[in-house]
Amino acid sequence: MAARKAPTVAAPKRTTLLIATRKGLWVLGSDAARRSWKLTGPQFLGHIVHHAVVDPRDDRKMLAAARTGHLGPTIFRSTDRGRTWKEASQPPAFEAGSGRTVDHSFWLAAGHASEPGVWYAGTSPQGLFRSTDSGASWTGVKGFNDHPQRKAWCGGDQDGTPDGPKLHSVLVDPRDPKHLYIGMSSGGVFESIDGGADWAPLNKGVKALFQPDPDPPYGHDPHCVRLHPRAPDRLYQQNHCGIYRIDRPADRWTDIGAAMPKSVGPIGFPMVLHPRDPDTVWVFPMDGSDVWPRISPGGKPAVYRSVNGGKTWQRQATGLPKSQAWWTVKRQAMTADQAPTVGVYFGTTSGEIWGSRDEGRSWKCLVRNLPHVYAVEAA
Amino acid sequence: MKVLIPGLLRSYTAGVDTVVLPDHVTLDAALRDLNARYPGLRFRVVDEQDAIRPHIKMFVDGELARRLDTQLAGSAELMIVGALSGG
Repeated sequence: MAARKAPTVAAPKRTTLLIATRKGLWVLGSDAARRSWKLTGPQFLGHIVHHAVVDPRDDRKMLAAARTGHLGPTIFRSTDRGRTWKEASQPPAFEAGSGRTVDHSFWLAAGHASEPGVWYAGTSPQGLFRSTDSGASWTGVKGFNDHPQRKAWCGGDQDGTPDGPKLHSVLVDPRDPKHLYIGMSSGGVFESIDGGADWAPLNKGVKALFQPDPDPPYGHDPHCVRLHPRAPDRLYQQNHCGIYRIDRPADRWTDIGAAMPKSVGPIGFPMVLHPRDPDTVWVFPMDGSDVWPRISPGGKPAVYRSVNGGKTWQRQATGLPKSQAWWTVKRQAMTADQAPTVGVYFGTTSGEIWGSRDEGRSWKCLVRNLPHVYAVEAA
Repeated sequence: MKVLIPGLLRSYTAGVDTVVLPDHVTLDAALRDLNARYPGLRFRVVDEQDAIRPHIKMFVDGELARRLDTQLAGSAELMIVGALSGG
């Protein structure tokens, strides 16, 4: 028999979206064309699910960070693609006697491909936790949680954003499991080159207009930081004060938000990267003027895409409401799939899921009437 | 002693609403015993600094207990409830 030649174009793949909301977790699955979608759930009904992710190293495994209005924070994990869940035996918690308490686990990130059981969790208030047993038990990363400068970097546990200060955007360099970045609201972006034993601020060039010193070494408010998986020296961030790009080993961020239209501005929560092209990114602007309404500017939601690393931006609003739509998109609630023509998805504060199967050129509402969406992750 | 389990914790007790434990001297000891039987339950209602979580109330024989070192008398009744808050 003649050898079969491998296809050069990836076959169409179904997309699964994990939708974490203020009242539970839903799953939205597509057909291969990504035209037809089916919603299942809820799971953890009544739980505030801040983040739910599929393990990129083994897509049968999922983690979900949850709490309820009454009950403390925990982590649930599944090894059968979400059919059954088991609670962590030791969820992220600060050390007894430290005086600090985890209000909620906010951000979940899989560890390096060479460390299949490793996960990281970022919490509110700012804490970094690590699991080496696929999320069953978690211990604090002492190099961050006990760092003598941590309080100076982050401020007090009561300071920070409206839902509590957060450690988010835990990024692992695909070339080196010991090379990590984190983002903190507030605190800024920090880097570790020794697996979290020590950390250094990486905030030069980023504005902090809410500080007396507009260019401090730390204390910034990155909303979402992303590292490109195929060009890991390139990072982007959507910040409280603009949009930025950095190409390491440079240590100064470039302001790429200045190229956004003045009527829209450079403020927003999420930042989404094309899975293969490091120059293509998407943001979802919100109104950060005067009293910070945190809604779509003018009630006209729009995605903005750059295909040249942020030099220029194009509005992508075809199919989105043209007026009187006063929702926005939280920092974890926008994502992209891996399809040959990338699908981009976001969930809104008003409980809608929108999707584009053509890289943002046109949009369709996939689901309505969910609770406030906190996170959308594609798998 | 008897522990009345609220609906929001019955996923831990397989739906059981009343658990009978041996008598304990303190609220802390009773909760640790409960956690040994239903792993994970304690951390949902008591934080890592041994404080009862803000939206949880515990009543011992009808009296609000604010601390884990609250003494239990004989065969006390512990009632755990979700406070009128929580969102």
